[in-house]
Amino acid sequence: MRVSLFVTCLGDRFFADAAVDAVRLLRSLDVEVDFPSDQTCCGQPAWNAGHVPQARQMAAHTAEVFADADYVVLPSGSCTAMLRCTYPRLLESPAVAERSYELAEFLVDVLKVTELGRGLEGRRLAYHHGCHALRELGLEEQPVRLLESAGAEVVPWEMDQECCGFGGLFSVKAPEVSVAMADRKLDTLPDVETVVSADGGCLLQLDGRARRRGTRIRFRSLASVLWEARRGGA
Amino acid sequence: MEVHSRDYRARARRIIAETPEVREAVTAATRTFVDNRREAYADLDENALSRWAEGVKSHALTHLGDYLEEAEARLVERGAHVHWAETASDVHQIFELIVREHGVQKVVKAKSMLSEEVGLNPFLESCGVEVLETDLGEYIIQLLDEPPSHIVGPSIHKSLDDTRAIFHERLGTPRDASPERLAAAARELLRDAFLTAELGISGGNFLVAETGSIALIENEGNIRLSTSVPPIHVALVGIEKVLPRWADLSTFLQITAKSATGQPVGCFVSIIQGPGGSPAGEPDGPEELHVVLVDNGRTRLLADPEVWEALRCVRCGACLNICPVYRQTGGHAYGYVYSGPIGAVLAPGLVGLEETLPLPFASSACGACADVCPVRIPIPDLLHVWRQRAVERGLTSGMERSVLDLLASTGTRPGLFRWAEKVAGLLPEQVVRHLPMLREWSAGRETPRAAGRTFHELWDEGIE
Repeated sequence: MRVSLFVTCLGDRFFADAAVDAVRLLRSLDVEVDFPSDQTCCGQPAWNAGHVPQARQMAAHTAEVFADADYVVLPSGSCTAMLRCTYPRLLESPAVAERSYELAEFLVDVLKVTELGRGLEGRRLAYHHGCHALRELGLEEQPVRLLESAGAEVVPWEMDQECCGFGGLFSVKAPEVSVAMADRKLDTLPDVETVVSADGGCLLQLDGRARRRGTRIRFRSLASVLWEARRGGA
Repeated sequence: MEVHSRDYRARARRIIAETPEVREAVTAATRTFVDNRREAYADLDENALSRWAEGVKSHALTHLGDYLEEAEARLVERGAHVHWAETASDVHQIFELIVREHGVQKVVKAKSMLSEEVGLNPFLESCGVEVLETDLGEYIIQLLDEPPSHIVGPSIHKSLDDTRAIFHERLGTPRDASPERLAAAARELLRDAFLTAELGISGGNFLVAETGSIALIENEGNIRLSTSVPPIHVALVGIEKVLPRWADLSTFLQITAKSATGQPVGCFVSIIQGPGGSPAGEPDGPEELHVVLVDNGRTRLLADPEVWEALRCVRCGACLNICPVYRQTGGHAYGYVYSGPIGAVLAPGLVGLEETLPLPFASSACGACADVCPVRIPIPDLLHVWRQRAVERGLTSGMERSVLDLLASTGTRPGLFRWAEKVAGLLPEQVVRHLPMLREWSAGRETPRAAGRTFHELWDEGIE
């Protein structure tokens, strides 16, 4: 099995280590990982803000870069949703749409992985569901199941499915509301050491707000935590 | 009403900073509504119901002229007066004539968002008419001289203590009066008004074409009284409220109540199809019934192939309740009668995009609203249409366009993109936090920490 990794622009610049962990994780499952180096940004920031021509240019570029991929795997729920759900609106031949998977989704739904390892034994985590992963991809149980099967306790969080307030440019167009939304998430957090999410934007938002408030909690990419589950402990 | 949507950000900022209790009150109430809604639908096939309701409303809207004329004919047969109002000022003129002709001095009013939309209360007051809101929530905000903050719960942003304070000041109830005591004080005052008002005004949740029936949902009994005790009743009905058949009504009554508050159906449902004592056999009711069918931008919205679906809205408020953006501020931030996700798509459609501009952007695009709409309005898609149009018409900031142009031009040139990423990673935090747009980020959040090296670099070095 061979997959092409789309690290995404946020992943490339801010979560490079998590992307490395995604590569290690996939390789440990006998998946060959290819990394087309001409990849850039999926175009979601432009689409989201209503700038369709710019979004289309980036979508066309991305579709071309991944034209030969059997599977495109992304360590990001919202970028996967962009490829799968929005590219068909932007491109004439959006073949890449149906071959794209978020990492945990790929592991569970395609590779049929049920347990990665027991590397999260005794860990208390909260899981933040990114909105596009949850509502556009229908990604709800897969990441939680993988975390729990590795021994983690995914602590119930009443606001785990509520938006963190990132929303792309929304975070800078309505920053006060955006921050209030992050506060609501942080204020309702259960007593956990780490919050895990499949979305870089959400992690930047929640981590940025938590650091400003002095809320001491770790925010980690799902890819890194799943690699930890696999290889056994931090 | 006056539209203040252009000030969305400033209004939101002020509400969050200066009245934090609003955020708490709105969040608590909307979460209760959402929980109740979930329970109300627990044993039902919500998807089947919403698909059916979507179909009925879309059919009605695409045959609107025929059904409105049918409704008019039925109403006229039973002795009702039917008026057609294209604009808010047409509505005002119709009321001016009725008020003058009958020497009306006092009006009791049932809750009607459409009356807010057309600014009816200030107009009637300018004619020297005393207007009393009879819905308890509306009455509270009338005392406070505020507009509604929610489609269903107009005073959702107010706490019990807020109500105690204004009732103490205006009605002389004790400062620590129980909710029951407050309601009793309002009831005493309103009961007298029902008996002395010459005119009762209501909205209309639905208008059934087949039978010419106006259906009204409520919990307090004030609508029943406002529409039956005074000698004249005027119902303001938006033209999009029409349902084709009598058989459609009961399900719409149920899904509206369930979606709004989680009730199986409203405590009271009033069906009005003519004045009292009419030859066609309505024994009870007011001597005169007027039905004002209001367009006020709806026909224009209906003709817009990309956004017309917003007109399916039954005003249940479910999208407001679930919306994490709405929950931070309540409705006043939106500066328009309809707030929350549906307000943000209706406002540009009914008023105009330029006048209501930031509203389509007052959403994190989380998509929660689409999940709860009982008539399947694709609100996130409609918001996106308005965003596209704002960009196409050059109404968004030049800075934003430049940034996204830059993203697109580097995003299609991989070498340049990697170089730009490297440069971005080298910028010191003190610089980054002052860059355009990132300034807004760093006012409330720490700036993101770039990884030491990009993944591209790590990959090139080889991953063990």
